[in-house]
This record gives sequence, C-alpha cells and structure tokens, in this order.
Amino acid sequence: MTHYLLAVHGPAERGEFGNYGSKEEMEEAFAATGAFNDKLRADGYWVFAGGLEPASTATVVDGQGEAPVVTDGPYLEAKEALGGFWVIDAPDLDVALKLAAEGSKACRGKVEVRPFEGLA
Amino acid sequence: MQGGTAAVERVFREEYGRLIASLVRRFGDIDIAEEAAGEALVAALEKWQESGVPPNPGGWLTTTAGHRAIDRIRREKQRDARHQAAFMYYHDAPRERTGPVEDDRLRLLFICCHPALAPEARIALTLRLLGGLTVPEIAQAFLVPERTMAQRITRAKKKITSAKVPYRVPEAADLPQRLSGVLAVLFLVFNEGYLATGDGDPVRAELTGEAIRLTRILRQLLPEEPEVAGLLGLLVLTEARREARVRNGQLVPLHEQDRAGWNRALIAEGHDLVRECLAVNRPGRYQILAAINAVHTDAPSAPDTDWSQVVALYDQLTLLDPSPIVALNRAVAVAELDGPEVALALVDRLPLAGYHAWHATRADLLRRLGRSAEARQAYDAAIAATNNTAERAYLSRKRGELV
Repeated sequence: MTHYLLAVHGPAERGEFGNYGSKEEMEEAFAATGAFNDKLRADGYWVFAGGLEPASTATVVDGQGEAPVVTDGPYLEAKEALGGFWVIDAPDLDVALKLAAEGSKACRGKVEVRPFEGLA
Repeated sequence: MQGGTAAVERVFREEYGRLIASLVRRFGDIDIAEEAAGEALVAALEKWQESGVPPNPGGWLTTTAGHRAIDRIRREKQRDARHQAAFMYYHDAPRERTGPVEDDRLRLLFICCHPALAPEARIALTLRLLGGLTVPEIAQAFLVPERTMAQRITRAKKKITSAKVPYRVPEAADLPQRLSGVLAVLFLVFNEGYLATGDGDPVRAELTGEAIRLTRILRQLLPEEPEVAGLLGLLVLTEARREARVRNGQLVPLHEQDRAGWNRALIAEGHDLVRECLAVNRPGRYQILAAINAVHTDAPSAPDTDWSQVVALYDQLTLLDPSPIVALNRAVAVAELDGPEVALALVDRLPLAGYHAWHATRADLLRRLGRSAEARQAYDAAIAATNNTAERAYLSRKRGELV
C-alpha cells in the first residue's frame, strides 16, 4: 500500500460561501464530502483529511537563522491555494485516481494526487 | 561477422517487448528489466555469433536476462535493504488479478500509455519499452535532443515507480477509455512517421512500421475489440499508399497518386479488417476512418471514388467526434460532391487558422474557383504553417502554377 496526498486547490480569495456560488451549493458540497469521507473510512482508505482556513490566515516561519523570522501570509502568493486535503492509503495509482475523482466531484474542486515518499 | 551482429540485433528487437514485459512482471521494476535485457543482448552477441541463433531465442534471452536481474538484485541486497524489501514485496505478493487478458506486453502497454503520464512521455516509453527503439533513435524521430528525450523517459519511469502505476490491464469497465489512450499513442506514432516534422526525411518508415507492428500485437491480444481492428485497418490502408505519396521530394495528393504503386497486400488486409468491423457493428472513430480509407483504396482511379459514401462516413464520424478537423476533412469530400464553392463556405467557418491543412485546403478550393490572388495568400499561409518538407515542396509548386 502507498500513501497518497489528495490536495484540493481552489481560489485563494474566498467569498461569503467559501469557494461556492451559493449557500445551497456550499451545503451540498459539504454533505457530499462528508459522505465521501465516510466511504473512505468504511473501505479502509482513510488516513487523515481536513479543510483549511483561507491562505490569508497562513504564517511563514523561517527557523534556519539564529532567530526565527515570522512573515504574514502564505509561502507562495498565488491566485490559487491549497484549500484542503485527504491522505489516503491505496494499493496503487489507479485506485488513488479513482478516489480522487470521487473526492473532486464531492467537494467540487480539482484534486492533485501525489504519492508520499514514505510515512514516518 | 557484421551480418551476424545484424541478425542478433534483429532477433533482439523482435523479442524486446516480450522480454522487457516479462521482466517487469517478475521484478516489478522497469530499470532492472532494461538493464538485464541489455546484458542479455551483450551475452547473445557473444554467444550466438559463435554457435548461431538458438532455436528459441526469446526463451534464451528471457532465461539469461532473468539470471542477470537476480544477480544484480543479490549484489544490491548487500548495500540497499530498501530495494530488497521492494523486491520481496513483488516476489512474495500473490499473483494479482491481471485483468481480462493475460499478456505481459499488454500490461506494459497500458503502463506506458497511462493517462497520468504526459502524452509525449507515453509515446517515448511505448517506443522504448515495447518497440525496443533506443533513446537516440526516439530522440531523432521526434527531433528533440537526446538528453531531453532521456530525461523525459527517466522522469516517466520514476513516476511509474514512485506513484505506483499498477502493472495490469484495466478492468473491463475502464478498458474502453484506457484503450482509446493506447490507440491514440499508436496513431500518433504512425502519423509522426507518415507526415514527419522537420527538415529530414518527409516520411519515417521506421515509425509507421513500428506503429503497425505494435498495433498488430495489440490486435492479437484484444481480437474482440473492433476499434483495435479499425486502427490496424486505418494504418495498413494508409501505409499501403506510402510509396506513391512522395515523388522527387514532393507530396503527391491522393488524386494524383499512381495507384499501381499502392501495396495490394496491405490494401487487401485493410479491406478484410474493415469488413470484419462492419460485421461487428460497434462503430468507432478508427473504424470509420478505416472505412473512409477503404473507399479511397477501392476506387480504380480518383474520379471513380464514391464521394457520397465518403461524405456519409464523415457524417457518421462527426456524430462521434464533432471536431473542426473532422469537419475540414468532410469539407474536402464535399468539394468533390457539391463543388468547391459549397466546400469553401464550410471551411471558412472553421477555427483552424493555426493548422496547415486548413490553409492548404482553402488554397486548393480558391484555386479551383479561379480566385488566384486569395489562393496565393492561402498557399503562403499553408507553406508557413507546415513542418513537412514534401508538403512544403508540393504547396510551393501549386502556388507557382497559379495564373
């Protein structure tokens, strides 16, 4: 089994209803994502998942120098940002891609699939 | 001795896809497979030149390469425990379900053409691992520096390993979609050979031949898939006209070709394939394209072509693939049926200003309508947009003949 990161990317700036056009859309996406999460757990793929606060809440810390340097904002300033993610445990890429397609449909965003080099 | 080397290399090339595919299955690692195959070739070159090619060269190569791979893994075992763990994983794993068809080459083809790989990497990997072409050969065929091609292949292989692209034929439900990706790669390889880009040979027969060879293998493996038969039909019917298609470095369009120069054996094979597809009655893109080519190759001379049949087939294709390129090809047939004016109206609507064939088609239609000034402009645009030497030469001649 291999661990994969399924990263959901979306607009860095969010509106009243997050990345969604309306309250209904947002609620539908949340419900579908919840159902998808349940399925991941039931089928044994689930490792961890979470949605992130907007990129504007991020803080970058550089601890390589003598004193850490703390900067407001995300590491990469971009129109698109990581909005949430799943970590799954899947037998191969085809299974991971299938799950990513389901997750993408549920949360209504594009999903980047990336294998972990290993897991501590 | 030279002849001996060539004979060994020919056998090796023929066996390469099967050899690599069986090694990848056994050892679960493309690099180990390639290295072991390379060592087996060196051994074969030594051994076979002394004692001749053995009765079962494929078996000999597989056994020899298998021993070399195991030797290498033993050597690495001492210094790389992690690799060893991976090896054990693959070796101890119960034989996975491998999908509807049991053949190592088919599994390898689905790896090479996996949708998670970049399209140009799919083509390169297919030619490298199944076709047995060397990296310099592939680089030359696609006019990229050798280093670029080597990097492209290395990156794709790394992704296959790290992201764990599975070594199996897709499940029946996914097969049609995945198969269309494989067919697209084979078709692209063929097209690059048939209308080669760059300043070298206008046709690269090694690529058209390789695409046909791989499609033949695919057909053996999936004899029930009409689109595979369709693609093979399309390729052989196109290849049949290859010799007649270029004369003195100039492209010869279909209606000017010397039909006596067409390869009758390939045409007969293609017609058989098209008939077989019609009997199955599950039409698809490649089957329809093959049928169109069957109509062309059925006509004893260009004016005998059944253009209404060609247009009807393009109508059918449009339903499956309503792309502007299909519409352009349909318009070419319409010109024969309803005249160039009707066709030009169809062509002018298409958003294909970056496509050389659009300009070339417009140029030809304008020429036939006697609109020389506009035709000349269109020929200029077509010449600027084409990358094929023979096509450029043909277009320049036609422009020169305008009055």
